[in-house]
Amino acid sequence: MTLEEVVKHVNGTVLTGEVSLTREVEYGFSSDLMSDVLTLLDDNILLITGLSNNQAVRTAEMSDIHQILFVRGKMPDKGMIQMAKEHGITLIATSYSMFRTSGILYNAGLPYIY
Amino acid sequence: MTYSYDVQAKNFTRAGAVSSEFKKELKKLNLPSALIKRIIIALYEGEVNVVAHSYGGSITCTISSESVIITIQDTGPGIPDIALAMKEGFSTASDEVREMGFGAGMGMANMKKNSDSLHITSAEGKETRIDLSFLLTFEEGT
Ligand SMILES: Nc1ncnc2c1ncn2[C@@H]1O[C@H](COP(=O)(O)OP(=O)(O)OP(=O)(O)O)[C@@H](O)[C@H]1O
Ligand SMILES: [Mg+2]
Repeated sequence: MTLEEVVKHVNGTVLTGEVSLTREVEYGFSSDLMSDVLTLLDDNILLITGLSNNQAVRTAEMSDIHQILFVRGKMPDKGMIQMAKEHGITLIATSYSMFRTSGILYNAGLPYIY
Repeated sequence: MTYSYDVQAKNFTRAGAVSSEFKKELKKLNLPSALIKRIIIALYEGEVNVVAHSYGGSITCTISSESVIITIQDTGPGIPDIALAMKEGFSTASDEVREMGFGAGMGMANMKKNSDSLHITSAEGKETRIDLSFLLTFEEGT
């Protein structure tokens, strides 16, 4: 699934400026627990989280995760957006809940891990 | 080549800065990305633990032709029961730490899983020292 499709499915907003949305994501993973995210070995993961502090962006950076979808209207601050841009991480926000977001993307065919 | 960094306790704005810096150094070498990821995740877990659970400390990373050796050292309060701390799910993290997305009790187990060797020296009221090593493999054709 491309990032563009992800954005469309969840009626999302891209927060990291004009970035290419043609990138493919292979898996979705929903969690607010960063040490759980840090156990993932797969590549091209879409991280879906309600945790909007800079450790979410740090965790993505360390785990080679290139896209984070913040749910339930959680908005990363300027510092996080800056940090994400520096590391080529695309940030997307949706007003939908974690459950709804995950359900929609799962239904649309985005594979899970575990 | 040895790199030394300081880590401040309780400073979650800066938590991860050391791992981020060292990741840049590793990326200059021709290492497989999966290996870099293992090293950096173990380092980041250790760095966050120093921020979250200790009075602060320092990290040294040494790169040689065969290995990366990381030493994470803090000034206390120490780990009373290391075997218990290693167990998945055991955590004494504060609410503040949990709000940052940590405190699942998975970090130490993840450091062990990602490293080729892990050695912990600590005791109640003492400093904690964690030695991690990673054997290097290089990309083909270099
Ligand atoms: N540097 C340290 N100094 C003192 N205690 C520590 C230190 N590192 C870990 N601990 C203790 O070991 C426990 C387990 O650590 P571990 O990293 O596995 O989990 P956590 O940090 O609590 O949560 P997580 O890493 O999943 O976010 C901690 O809760 C803490 O009690
Ligand atoms: Mg930890």
